[in-house]
Amino acid sequence: MLVPIKWIKKYVDINVDDKTLADKLTLTGSHVDAVIDYNKDVTNVVTGKILEIKQHPNADKLVITQIDINENEPIQIITGARNIKEGDIVPVSLEGAVLPNGLKIKKSNFRGLPSYGMMVSYEELGFDDKVIPKEARDGIIILPQDTPLGRDIKEVLELTGSALEVEVTFNRPDCLNIVGMARETAATLGTEFKFPQIEIKNEEGNIKDYLNAVEIEDEDLCSRFYVRVIKDIKIGPSPLWMQRTLMDAGMRPINNVVDVTNYVMLELGQPLHAYDLDKLEGKKLIARRAKKDEKITTIDQNERSLDENMLVIADAVKPACIAGVMGGYYSEISEDTKIMALETANFNPKSVRETSKKLGLRSEASARNEKAMSYVMCEIASNRACQLIEMIGAGTVVGGYIQAGKSEYEAPVVTLRPHRASSLLGAEIPVAEMLNSLNTLEIESVYDGEKIRSKIPYFRTDIEQEADLIEEVGRLYGFENIESKPLRGSTRVGRKSEMRMLEDEIKSILWAMGLYEITTYSFISPKAYDSICTPKDSPLRNYVKILNPLGEDFSSMRTTLIPNMLEVIQRNSNRGVGSAKLYEVGSIFTPKDQPVKEEPIEKLKLTIGMYGNYDYFDLKGIIESMLLRLGIEVSLEALTDNPTFHPGRTAALYADNVMLGVFGEASPEVMDNYDLDHRVYLAEIDVAGILNCKNTDWKYEALPKYPSIVRDIAVKVKDEVPVGHMAEAIQKVNPYLIESVTLFDVYKGEHIEEGYKSTAFSVTYRNKERTLKEKEVEKIHQKVLEVLEKKFGASLRE
Amino acid sequence: MKEQLLKLKSEALNRLKECNDNDSIEKARIHYLGKKGELTSILRSMGSLSAEERPKMGKIANEVRAVIEAEIQSMKEVVRKKETAERVKSETLDITMPGRSPEVGRRHPLMIVKEELESVFMRMGYDVISGPEIETVQNNFDDLNAPYDHPSRDWSDTFYISDELVLRTHTSPVEIRVMKEAVKEGKLPIRMVSTGRTFRFDDVDDTHSPMFHQMECLVVDKGVTMANLKDSIDQFVKELFGNSMKTRFRPHNFPFTEPSAEVDVSCPICMGKGCPSCNGTGWSMELLGCGMTHPNVLRNCGIDPEIYSGYAFGMGIDRVAMVKYGIPNIRLLFENDVRFLKQF
Repeated sequence: MLVPIKWIKKYVDINVDDKTLADKLTLTGSHVDAVIDYNKDVTNVVTGKILEIKQHPNADKLVITQIDINENEPIQIITGARNIKEGDIVPVSLEGAVLPNGLKIKKSNFRGLPSYGMMVSYEELGFDDKVIPKEARDGIIILPQDTPLGRDIKEVLELTGSALEVEVTFNRPDCLNIVGMARETAATLGTEFKFPQIEIKNEEGNIKDYLNAVEIEDEDLCSRFYVRVIKDIKIGPSPLWMQRTLMDAGMRPINNVVDVTNYVMLELGQPLHAYDLDKLEGKKLIARRAKKDEKITTIDQNERSLDENMLVIADAVKPACIAGVMGGYYSEISEDTKIMALETANFNPKSVRETSKKLGLRSEASARNEKAMSYVMCEIASNRACQLIEMIGAGTVVGGYIQAGKSEYEAPVVTLRPHRASSLLGAEIPVAEMLNSLNTLEIESVYDGEKIRSKIPYFRTDIEQEADLIEEVGRLYGFENIESKPLRGSTRVGRKSEMRMLEDEIKSILWAMGLYEITTYSFISPKAYDSICTPKDSPLRNYVKILNPLGEDFSSMRTTLIPNMLEVIQRNSNRGVGSAKLYEVGSIFTPKDQPVKEEPIEKLKLTIGMYGNYDYFDLKGIIESMLLRLGIEVSLEALTDNPTFHPGRTAALYADNVMLGVFGEASPEVMDNYDLDHRVYLAEIDVAGILNCKNTDWKYEALPKYPSIVRDIAVKVKDEVPVGHMAEAIQKVNPYLIESVTLFDVYKGEHIEEGYKSTAFSVTYRNKERTLKEKEVEKIHQKVLEVLEKKFGASLRE
Repeated sequence: MKEQLLKLKSEALNRLKECNDNDSIEKARIHYLGKKGELTSILRSMGSLSAEERPKMGKIANEVRAVIEAEIQSMKEVVRKKETAERVKSETLDITMPGRSPEVGRRHPLMIVKEELESVFMRMGYDVISGPEIETVQNNFDDLNAPYDHPSRDWSDTFYISDELVLRTHTSPVEIRVMKEAVKEGKLPIRMVSTGRTFRFDDVDDTHSPMFHQMECLVVDKGVTMANLKDSIDQFVKELFGNSMKTRFRPHNFPFTEPSAEVDVSCPICMGKGCPSCNGTGWSMELLGCGMTHPNVLRNCGIDPEIYSGYAFGMGIDRVAMVKYGIPNIRLLFENDVRFLKQF
């Protein structure tokens, strides 16, 4: 919120410069984001009265004016401005003047006639378009008739001072106004705070003669509804001081009545609404829920459909206002308004927030009504507005008020144990200082020798218990004054769960093998299950649905990480990255029921995706190496019926007869769906499964003392014989003496008949106890051939 | 005979000196010392010598052999050195030719920062705990003392799975889980951190993402104070950003802590002197939110605030990563462009 320092100075003494003030307020909890300098770099601009306006003889769009600037002679200025008339008082920039936008004023010539200056607009004085009064936009500033002539415009428009941009926290809606910030400033600086003096000098008649009733039908949405009446309304501009105050606070002046309601809202934080009383049927105001399909045309002339959760202020027949959000068009204050009803009310903040969101309507008033405020303020703000209306001559205040709902306030008492405050803050703060802090915040506090008893004022709706008072004491003492002290207690190094350590280990193994880690959203599009060809009856399609997703594409909590991986591959491929090996470790979500009521199961999955310079065997090698580093030996089974994958190039991964996951090539349909022209290799592996089989309890094994003997064997077998099975069979011939079996060649083509392949294995023999003899090896090697012949129909190749 | 031997010696030495490769050395060796060599043939004629002369001549002959052998060895060494020098010279590489690099993987920048934060806190004695991404409204809001009308509960701020389940909006609900568990298992005190994914109803733009990452820290013990909180944060900030980094504690408001504060750190550009990027304040934007655990929160978890107190703080990991690496746009973190990932 924007806080002009000039304005808070009306209610508090400030004895420091703006920068210091900003720093001090920040350190007591009112975070000042910025100090905005209002000092405008304007020289040689003075007030002048337009004595005469004549058409320029040589230009249709220009006029020649004579202006009295309180010098001996009037000066001549030629202008194209439209909004001026004879007798207006305007700011005139004279020769040599410099305006904030850098414009330098000099004598000039317009179609043969001299001009000795320029009339000035708010834009040219550097004002933001959003605070410039409507009638002054794109035109010259017309000053009040009682403005003295020849005076420096900086003085007349008070183009000085600065404002604080303050971030007010959720618990302190009482600071969203000038008086609240003045109170905080007083407590921060230790100076005196004065509440505005409210006094209405002249009340005429009795409200009961003008207004029949004020009622609250739905007390849950409106706790207080307070109305006063003002007659003999004369709509016109508000005085310059009020206009300029509003502008400095970031609001556009409209007319005297609206300006007063805005002024009071900014000053006290209580939004007000004014109704043209002549337009109200039955001369009554009722706070009630809207009826089903009820409609209202709001002041922006849009028709709005209401529902039964929204509160309206209605006359005897129809809604006159969406409570706390926006007024109705028909009862709006207009040029012709003679008598008005002024509402101050306390609405349910949540209801206001929901209504304003539902209708897409946000205003300064709704923003304030969305916060918890005190109903006590209704009466104070209403009287303050009446006082100002009377003061600026906008109308006559009618005696009395009509109200409904709560009115009496009894201050709750909260106690504070000083030793408790000191021990929680870790700083010894004297009781006297605590008492002083609370009292300067207008929290009336006394000490009975044991406890501080604090009466909580109406505007501090946030204080409910001791901790709330400790916070007040602490922030005024200053957190920066609390000296850091190390934690006591036993020191030890922190721990991580086994699962987390495994996750870290997996990531470091994959890192060492050159894979890149990715991070993608936990929610995906339900269409993704179609894209990866998930069967209609697959459990993967039973997903946790987000009720209010950012869009359909983000509405399913993922049951597999593969679609995100494919999207990342697609994106990289489209961007010209020719090859990549990627992985992600992330959770999948499995519902226990539908619609979901119970907490779903979250399981960690590892997904690998590769394309470009890699093929199935690269992926297989990575997975096997990774698992081997984790002490897991796996077995594979061909997987032909998972439609995400290529039926001839996919394996199910087993360890200890438990399926850990799947890997292989993406199926041609999936490739089409993601518009990929590189083959893509994918894996999805259950991390908890890995944890179950993990065995990294490494123990030293003696290095071989005796030499090994290596023998190769090349045989011809039918194409479909899996080499993996052959290698296993060779190993089994003599597990004790055959140390390892390695496939080193597979050959098809010349010299090998169609439907056959030549496979060559290298077999390493070793006896751990003694040196092997050639003859022993000969014998076993012969057996190897026999086994291959018998089991696989192999024949020896010479 | 003696003359013959001495002549042989000087001949052999001369010949050897002229050798410039192993081949000619070997030929010279065979010529003089070989089985059919000159020395052998001279020695053959020793039978004609007297018994007195024989041992004398034998001695001379052995000396001559030794000298020649020594010369052969030394010439071999000369040749070896020369050949090595020639080979080395011929082997000069263009050392500016490209190397063959084995592929090294990359960690996602968010995960690097996340793990760095975790390890800083583990060294300080905090356990690393994980929590679920789908949370109960009770853990995410109610037990954290979020007012029932708090805007953060709105459908326009939080993703809902059901009336009772949400995508967690912060990592703070892990605090609730850990406190309740600790009470159940009798495992107080608590020192823990938790990092992970969090979600808010934000459209994607340069600085917002519906999914982001947070880190949470909680300490519950007897006699824990705000002074301890300040100390822990100071220590952690120094670990993360170095010793010259200062912190500023600014009172703030969070439902689950009281008192609450936001912590600013020195502007990384001017290190506190004041510059345009920090509006001359010397402080950069808030790094984290913190405070003393609200007594309502402790009570909600079955911990008596009269006996125990605690502090908590939380921070956005994405922002720390973006500041640390100078990443201008949060979208880059979730696009996973390989050319981006390669940079960390």
